[in-house]
Amino acid sequence: MSIIHVSAKKQLIGYAVMLLVFASVPLLVRAGILTDFHQNLLMYAIIFAIAGLAFNILLGYSGLLSFGHAAYFAVGAYTVALAPQFIQAPSYEILLILAIISSAIVSMAFGYIAVRLTRIFFAIMTLALTQLVWALILKLYWYTGGSDGINVKAKPLLGIPFNEMMSRPEYLSSVFYYYLLGVFAVSLVILWLVVNSPFGKALLATRDNETRAEFVGIRVRLYRWYAFVISGIFTGIAGALFAILNGHVTPEQADWIFSGDIVFVAVLGGFRYFEGPIIGSIIFTFVKQYAMGYTIFWRLILGAVLIILILAFPKGVIGSVETLVSKLRPAPKQITFPAPPTTAQAREDINKKLDKR
Amino acid sequence: MLIYIIFALNALLFASVLFLITAGLNIVYGVMRIINLAHGNLYALGAYVTAWVLLTIGYSAFPGPLLYIVPPLIGAAVVGLGGLIMEPTLLRPMYKRIEEFQLLVTFGVLLVLEDLFLLLFGPYPLSVREPYSFLGVTKIGDLSYPNYNFLVIALGFIIAFVLWFFLYRTKFGTILRATSLDREMAAAMGVNVKALFTVSFIIGSMIAGLAGGFIVAKDTAVLGMGIEALVLAFVVMVIGGLGSLKGAFIGALIVGVVRQIGTAFFPEIELAVLWLIAAIVLTIKPQGLFGR
Repeated sequence: MSIIHVSAKKQLIGYAVMLLVFASVPLLVRAGILTDFHQNLLMYAIIFAIAGLAFNILLGYSGLLSFGHAAYFAVGAYTVALAPQFIQAPSYEILLILAIISSAIVSMAFGYIAVRLTRIFFAIMTLALTQLVWALILKLYWYTGGSDGINVKAKPLLGIPFNEMMSRPEYLSSVFYYYLLGVFAVSLVILWLVVNSPFGKALLATRDNETRAEFVGIRVRLYRWYAFVISGIFTGIAGALFAILNGHVTPEQADWIFSGDIVFVAVLGGFRYFEGPIIGSIIFTFVKQYAMGYTIFWRLILGAVLIILILAFPKGVIGSVETLVSKLRPAPKQITFPAPPTTAQAREDINKKLDKR
Repeated sequence: MLIYIIFALNALLFASVLFLITAGLNIVYGVMRIINLAHGNLYALGAYVTAWVLLTIGYSAFPGPLLYIVPPLIGAAVVGLGGLIMEPTLLRPMYKRIEEFQLLVTFGVLLVLEDLFLLLFGPYPLSVREPYSFLGVTKIGDLSYPNYNFLVIALGFIIAFVLWFFLYRTKFGTILRATSLDREMAAAMGVNVKALFTVSFIIGSMIAGLAGGFIVAKDTAVLGMGIEALVLAFVVMVIGGLGSLKGAFIGALIVGVVRQIGTAFFPEIELAVLWLIAAIVLTIKPQGLFGR
C-alpha cells in the first residue's frame, strides 16, 4: 500500500514501540517532563485514534466515506451513561460490553440501509442517519437530558473502585490510562488483523473495482456490511471510553460536526495508511486544544485546513512525509532490461515518426 | 375542518422552501455530479445577507413591492458571487479526483461558512419581520393565515415553472441536460463544459440564496440553519431521486406533508419518520422515485 514497503513484522514492532512510549507517559509526567494536561489530551487523542482507525476501515479500505460515525460513538457513550439507570451494572467492563452490543445493533441496522448505496449516496445516507440519532438524543430528553447531556456514574474498573482510593484525575491518569492503552492495543491489533486478512484484501478489491470483485465471487454488499459493523463496533468502544474519561456525555457527540472531526482525523493523518488516523488524531487533539485557546473560530481553521489538505496534501501527514523522504533519498538504481531487437527496432521507428510530426 | 386547510397550507409552504433548496442541489448534482455539502449554508448565506441588508439600509429604502424583490435578490446575488468564486477555485480541481474528495472539500466550505456567519453577523439570530407583517393576514373562516406565506408558496411554484421552462424549453437547458448525460460527448460537440459548470453552479446556489432571502422575513437567520436545511434537502433528494427536478418537486411535497402531520401528532419522532420513508424508498427503489 505504501510507497516505501514496510514489512508486517516491522509494522508490528513500530506499534509496540508506540505503545511503550504511550505507556511511559505517566512516568514522564511524574518526572516533570510532561504535565497532567498533556496526558489528559493524549487520552482523548487515543480514544479518537480508535474511532479514526475504525472509521478508516470504511474510508481507507472499503472506499466508503461515512459522515455518520458520530452516531456509533454517541451510541457507545450514551450506553455507558444510560445503562445503569435500567440495569444493575457493577463495573465499567460490563458497560463496555453493553456498548459493544448496542453499537453493533445500531451499526447493523444503519449499515443494512447504508451499504445499499456507495460513494456520495453512502455519505449522505450515513450523515442523515446520524442526524436521526442526534435528533432522538435531543428530543427524548427525559432519558438523555436533552442538550444538557447526562453524567456518567462512577463504577469500578478492573475491580478497582472509582473515586474511593484516589481522586478522579488520579484515577483517570493511572488505572484508566492503562486500561485505555490496553483497549487501544487490542483494537489496534484486531483492526490490523482485519485489514491484513483475506477479508481485508477482499475489501480492497471491492474498493478498487467493484464489478471485478463481484465477478471474482466476492459478495460485495455483504462484505461492506461486515466492514460497516466492525467499524461501528470499534467506534462504539471509543465512545464508551470517551464517556468514562469525560464523565459527561452530550448530544454534541452525535453531532454532524463530530462526524466531521472523525473524518478529519483520518484525512489529516492519511487515510491510505493504516496508522494515518493515529497520527491524525494526536495532531488534531493537541492543535485543536491550543487553537481553541486563541480563537473561537475553530471550525473556520478546521475547514480551511481540510480544504488545503485535500487540494494540496491529499495523502495526509504520513503520505506527505513519505513523499518528502523518498524525494530526499537517492533514487534506487533503475534496473533496465535490454529490449529484444525487434522491440528496439519498433521503438526506434515510432520515435522517428513522432519526431517527424 | 378549517384547521386542515391551515395544515395543508403550511405543508405547501414548507414544501415550497424545501423545493427551492433541493432544486439547486439537484441542478448542481445533475450537471456536475457533485453533492455540495455547503449548499445549506449557501441558503443560510442568502438569509443572512438579506436580513443584514434590511437591517442596515432599513426596509423603508425599498418602497412598495421592491421590498419583496430587491433584498432577496441582493442575497441571491451575493450567494451567486460566492458560487462564482467557489466553483473554479475549489471544485474544478476536484472533478477528476475521487468523489470522496469532492465531498470533503465542500464539507470544509461548510465549516468555514458556519464560522464566517458567526464572525460577520454575530451569535444572535438576525430578525426582520417588516416584510412579513406588512402583508397582513387572510381570514379563512375564524382562522387567519399570513399573506407572506402565500407569497413564499407562490415563489416555489414560480421558480419550479421557470426552472422547468429553462431546462426543457430553451437551448441552454438542452445543452445543460446533454452535458449532464454525457460530459465528454458534449465537450466533443463544442460545449464549453468548464463555463457551463460554473454557470450551473451559480444558478443552483442562487436559487438556494433566494429561498434564504425569502424565508428570513418569516423565520430568522440563525446559526445552524444551513445544516438543518441540508439534512432535510437530503431527505427530499433521496425520496425524489438525485438530480431530478420532478423528484425534487414531488419529494418536497411528500416531506412537507409528512412533516406537517409529524409536528402536529408526533413531534418527537418527526425526523425519524421522514428518514424511515427515505429508507423505505431507498430499499425499494435505490435511485429514488424519479431518479435515473
